[in-house]
Amino acid sequence: MQKKFNIEVDCANCAAKIENAVKALPGVQSASVSFMTQKMLLEAEDSQFDAILKQAVKAAKKIEPDFEIEL
Amino acid sequence: MTKKQKRMLRRILAAAVLYAAAAILCHVLPALPWPVQAVCYLIPYFVIGYDVLRKAVLGVVHGEVFDENFLMAVATVGAMCLGEYGEGVAVMLFYQVGELFQSYAVGKSRRSIAGLMDIRPDSANLEDADGSLRTVDPEAVPVGAVIVVRPGEKIPLDGTVLEGESTLNTAALTGESRPRAARPGEAVISGSVNGDGVLRVQVTKAYGQSTVARILDLVENSSLKKAKAENFITKFARYYTPAVCFAALALAVLPPLVLGGGWAMWVKRALTFLVISCPCALVISIPLTFFGGIGGASRCGILVKGGNYLEALAHTGTVVFDKTGTLTKGVFQVSRVSPAPGHTEQEVLELAAAAESFSSHPISKSLREACPDCTLQATDAREIAGQGVSAQVNGHTVLAGNARLMESQAIPYTPDDGVGTVVYLACDGTFLGSVLISDEVKPTARQAMDSLRSQGVRTVMLTGDSKAVAAGVAAQLGIDDYRAELLPDDKVRRVEDLLADKSRGNLAFAGDGINDAPVLMRADVGIAMGALGSDAAIEAADVVLMDDDPAKIGLAMRMARRCMAIVYQNIVFALGVKILFLLLGAVGIANMWWAVFADVGVMVLAVLNATRMLSIRAYRKE
Repeated sequence: MQKKFNIEVDCANCAAKIENAVKALPGVQSASVSFMTQKMLLEAEDSQFDAILKQAVKAAKKIEPDFEIEL
Repeated sequence: MTKKQKRMLRRILAAAVLYAAAAILCHVLPALPWPVQAVCYLIPYFVIGYDVLRKAVLGVVHGEVFDENFLMAVATVGAMCLGEYGEGVAVMLFYQVGELFQSYAVGKSRRSIAGLMDIRPDSANLEDADGSLRTVDPEAVPVGAVIVVRPGEKIPLDGTVLEGESTLNTAALTGESRPRAARPGEAVISGSVNGDGVLRVQVTKAYGQSTVARILDLVENSSLKKAKAENFITKFARYYTPAVCFAALALAVLPPLVLGGGWAMWVKRALTFLVISCPCALVISIPLTFFGGIGGASRCGILVKGGNYLEALAHTGTVVFDKTGTLTKGVFQVSRVSPAPGHTEQEVLELAAAAESFSSHPISKSLREACPDCTLQATDAREIAGQGVSAQVNGHTVLAGNARLMESQAIPYTPDDGVGTVVYLACDGTFLGSVLISDEVKPTARQAMDSLRSQGVRTVMLTGDSKAVAAGVAAQLGIDDYRAELLPDDKVRRVEDLLADKSRGNLAFAGDGINDAPVLMRADVGIAMGALGSDAAIEAADVVLMDDDPAKIGLAMRMARRCMAIVYQNIVFALGVKILFLLLGAVGIANMWWAVFADVGVMVLAVLNATRMLSIRAYRKE
């Protein structure tokens, strides 16, 4: 399943770091974070999607404390 | 400005005032003990920098040590510890001004691109069973429902006109304000703006599948497909920041150990070094440039599916065109009638149409279309394989066909060397004249080829047509190379042959997207033309031209090259200035003030350079 989310990140570098961190999570097939459009694309196994999303948000908040996501 | 930005602006102003007050106070009363001075400066410092400090601390706690917050926190806290209170506050203040500017510039380009793509319909007027109208969200309209579009409104969903006549403006989709007619029975595309007629439209696609939703989706997703240059920068930043941190540490510790003493000076140099090294200018300006490029292009009716394709397009050395429907209109038309002396055009056309009236060949069809009032009837029509037809018209034997037919019957004729298919006509053994039927070349095709040649791009044309026709079109348009008489499978193979030759850079293929999806996928850059309303083309291509104007290909390449030029300018400029100032800072020539320029100044300049990509006036002129 592939899903797109509206997010809030304040700097381009953090966006890139979040992208790398989310990509590295187990179960994530692909991920992309766009600073310009403030969007995150996450592709993961259907059955684990919610759990993986939670992990992704946690990883993102670790990098950028002001990270927000619209679920 | 957003709420966040306004709050930041207020903080900057407050901190600036407090900073100025502290500076004046300490200047007027230099006798103040240092703790009092420190406190005076610490107030503006915390007003302006508390969030940076917080993020730096959180970063260390989370194990994400090396980011710009960390660099700034260490540099300013270090300056404070060395007693340089004023500089510490000033660096933080300028850093925040730079951040605010960056966030404002990015927000502005984001909004202006959203404005360019202002095609999202707000509402639809749904007609209920009793004929009353209800304003609803376009997403809530089911397929098959009837909607009413009033003059000046956007068409909210793709559909078919049931009632009413109007002209539609598709400028927001194609970048050209060429009006399209809408009549009952015709399809209308969401996102176009209704002229001055009221239309009743039956919806054929749900909002999610409509043209508008697909285009918006495509543009939005384009920033998620990153170019190599973009990935290079983020990868670079990952190694760069820790590297400069250790270099700064070395700068602070090694020279005093080796040279003995001078700790304060070297630590100060190291802090200056840290301020200079902040990578924000690079990290922000590159995606901003690509984003601006994609946005500017979409305003011209060119949808690029990602920064990577913009990059690939900029390095394209060969453009392969499909002929029919791409360079030509794909419609066969009588373009010239050349009667033999003593005969009229009407006579030739009428006889030719009559003789060919039994054939279903597109050539015959175009002859009949060119002569709608012809009443002559042919009898006893016979096909002469590979040559033409023979028929009886009003008791005369009429021959219509190619040059070989004339030769085989030993009829002297005047050859017509026009580009296209020539039908020669003879009546009772006498040559009457010829009719030239051709697929008309698009008016902007020549311009497209000229534009590509001036950019040093080789052009190749592929066609299933005969060699003669292909050679004619190639000569007329100034195409460098062509391959004729190709079967659909051959096209893929030819493109693969051309792809194998990497010496000329990337290969782009431009087609109408209807039956060349496999070739579009194989090419480095697949360009689909006339994609308005064609889902298959939008799906298969990397670059989508909303209308069928081949000149847009040259335009797209110019934009891509300009985008890459700006990207390289920013990389070279930002890195060059940083390296220069890092060296100057290490040897003590550049102080903290220079460092602030090297950081914030370079970032502002790089961002301004990137926003040039949004201006499309430069392209419009041509």
